[in-house]
Amino acid sequence: MPKLTIDGIELEVAPGTSVLQACEQLGIEVPRFCYHEKLSVPANCRMCLVEMEKAPKPIASCAMPCGEGMVIKTDTDTVHKARKGVMEFLLINHPLDCPICDQGGECDLQDQAVGYGFDRGRYGEEKRAVKDKNLGPLIKTIMTRCIHCTRCIRFSDEIAGVSVMGATGRGEHMEIGTYVEAAVSSELSGNLVDVCPVGALTSKPYAFTARPWELRKTESVDVLDAVGSNIRIDTRGGEVLRILPRLNEAVNEEWISDKTRYAHDGLKRQRLDRPYIRENGKLRAASWEEALALTAAKLKGAAPEKIAAIAGDLADAESLLALKDLLGGMGVASLESRQDGSAIDAASRAGYIFNSTIAGIEQADQILLIGTNPRWEGALVNARIRKRYLQGGLTVTVLGPRVDLTFPIEHLGNDATLLNAIADGSHPYAETLKAAKKPLLILGSGALARPDGAAVWAAARAVAEACGLVREDWNGFNVLHRAASRVGALDLGFLPAKGGRDLAGILDGARKGEVEVVYLLGADEIDAQNFGRAFVIYQGHHGDRGAHRADVILPGAAYTEKNATYVNTEGRAQHTRQATFPVGEAREDWKIIRALSGALGKPLPYDTLQQLRKRLADANPVFAQVDRVTPAAWGAFGTAGAVAAAPFTLPVENFYMTDAISRASATMAECTEAFVSPAVAERTGTHG
Amino acid sequence: MAWLDRTARGLFMTELVKGFALTFSYMFKPRVTLNYPYERSPLSPRFRGEHALRRYPNGEERCIACKLCEAVCPALAITIEAEPREDGSRRTTRYDIDMTKCIYCGLCQEACPVDAIVEGPNIEFATETREELFYNKEKLLANGDRWEPLLAANIAADAPYR
Repeated sequence: MPKLTIDGIELEVAPGTSVLQACEQLGIEVPRFCYHEKLSVPANCRMCLVEMEKAPKPIASCAMPCGEGMVIKTDTDTVHKARKGVMEFLLINHPLDCPICDQGGECDLQDQAVGYGFDRGRYGEEKRAVKDKNLGPLIKTIMTRCIHCTRCIRFSDEIAGVSVMGATGRGEHMEIGTYVEAAVSSELSGNLVDVCPVGALTSKPYAFTARPWELRKTESVDVLDAVGSNIRIDTRGGEVLRILPRLNEAVNEEWISDKTRYAHDGLKRQRLDRPYIRENGKLRAASWEEALALTAAKLKGAAPEKIAAIAGDLADAESLLALKDLLGGMGVASLESRQDGSAIDAASRAGYIFNSTIAGIEQADQILLIGTNPRWEGALVNARIRKRYLQGGLTVTVLGPRVDLTFPIEHLGNDATLLNAIADGSHPYAETLKAAKKPLLILGSGALARPDGAAVWAAARAVAEACGLVREDWNGFNVLHRAASRVGALDLGFLPAKGGRDLAGILDGARKGEVEVVYLLGADEIDAQNFGRAFVIYQGHHGDRGAHRADVILPGAAYTEKNATYVNTEGRAQHTRQATFPVGEAREDWKIIRALSGALGKPLPYDTLQQLRKRLADANPVFAQVDRVTPAAWGAFGTAGAVAAAPFTLPVENFYMTDAISRASATMAECTEAFVSPAVAERTGTHG
Repeated sequence: MAWLDRTARGLFMTELVKGFALTFSYMFKPRVTLNYPYERSPLSPRFRGEHALRRYPNGEERCIACKLCEAVCPALAITIEAEPREDGSRRTTRYDIDMTKCIYCGLCQEACPVDAIVEGPNIEFATETREELFYNKEKLLANGDRWEPLLAANIAADAPYR
């Protein structure tokens, strides 16, 4: 533990701490451009110079490890002179076009130029100009502004795991570019915008839209995948203008996926802004009274066994509980939240959550991926695995389709029966798992949605038990969900009760006329034509698949418009916060259900969010443990049975369009066009 | 004696004569009133009157939607919305000044990096209705086109002192 003195204050730091980090611990701000906490240290911007006693020159504090007895000064004339010199050199080739730069107001260079810049330039010669690069539909480049900090290169190489950015040329002729002028196809590419300390890389959809000082910031949680990334929603005048990541070391560190970041323009399109009722085959606008009265009449008119409810992937825990209380109180047993037909159930909480936690991946030394593409099903889980891979000593083995995961994999094959072979020890991989110190398996949600999903689930449990994945201090059994609502729904038991129908049963019943009323709580992933002649009530925020088939539409709120609880794949309950108001006459979802309960004459016993949250905590204590993961006790789950020899298929075909919001987003459509379509079909000269 | 003094002054009406004399003396001094609107007093080049948005000589509007005027405006009179124009340049889609809110402090023209928004010499923009004082981009650009020679001269006159 080296002891050093910084500005006359003595402190002791962990070995390997850099001088810059030590300064930060004392709250001394050291200016920097190239240094980034999550990236490697190149020490090429020279802005963080500090003075060290007995050193002939100022030292770059980001790259200098603390040593015993060092005496550092950060606030001397030498330091200021050195930093001012560096700043002057940086500004020589910077265009100083702050008024038209989107980074203006949140630019590191701008901020530090206030502290270390000079009010006029001494450089009279011609400035350098660099041709802009095409980085696809998400990132806009103005390469003349680049100060060569190489953060983007290091981010692409280290975090995103796609070596697409690099520098060519030296000195003044150095240019950042993509090796082959190809769009950055990583699903984390949006983070390049955050990483860039100047305005060289900015967000294309957000271009010229707003200044940071105009925006109202709301801290919330993302729901477009099951990771539950922490986000900050920037709004102006009731419009979501951009979404940025919020630091949470346990979940997303400080990255978010492109879908999380850019799909928000879908919140402005295809919205359900008022209730609708279908008359003579056409939807007509209606009032809330009318719509609720019709819904209540239909629910009252049908026998409880002829009513079913399906909750969608974006449903929050509050509305799930309210709907369960309402319909459960009426005796309805056919409640379903697994609209992908997954076999998972609430038998044991350890069986459906990501037990080792996302941060726990960093301890693993052997990872088995079963029927999943974490890159598309949980981009930040994949980023975490890559982070672990870079630390060395990790083997990732894939059982399922071979996919490019940004790190090397060992491919076992794509045969589900291999699970049984590993479990009974007849496959050599069983020994590898047993020998590992912290083995971990990640079971994809697609693997559980197979017809033999329950058997796959049981087989994965057998693997976990046989190969020592579950121990006193370590639980390496993980399920990676895709739907933000899934774990919350399982925690609340939003599942078929005794005698109730599951998804297949509901669809079958609707076709045969045995199910007369179907309540869709934002369920859009089902082919809506399967509901036969049933009366379909759709409550949700987008005019997507569910709403097209609906007989009555109750307009709800999207995740940026409500205070709601979501449980991520780890079983971590998190709150979204209201950043804007629901559009038009739309209302928060639980309030709609509460109003419907009034119309039915069976009012639910909660009138405020606080009362509902209390009920939520009573229903399952995990909802009281916000932002924390409660370890789940290991139990039995799955149904032992024959695992079919069929290969695993991946559930996500297009990362950019997985739900009603991203399907409505123009930016996501552009991404699909740019990144997914070319991979699916080669373009010919005759299109369009 | 004081009463005698007062009575004498009252009898000879000296105050009245003095007063008339003063009034009469102004008949021989130069006039200070102007025959407005046919005559006008001179205005400083720094005078802060009605706003205008200027253009470059080639007709391109100067404003680049940096929003500094909007940020600096102490009366919150300016509203700007921007998006990329077809050619990719940064331009406003909306530039509104609520002239009923404006306090004519001139901070907007101080903040402007491209001398786009200026307060011109015009003071005669009274309107019959309140709504006419909510200026939009079209109106401001028209103002700029109308006053450009004077605006340019004013800025040139002030330039040596900046």
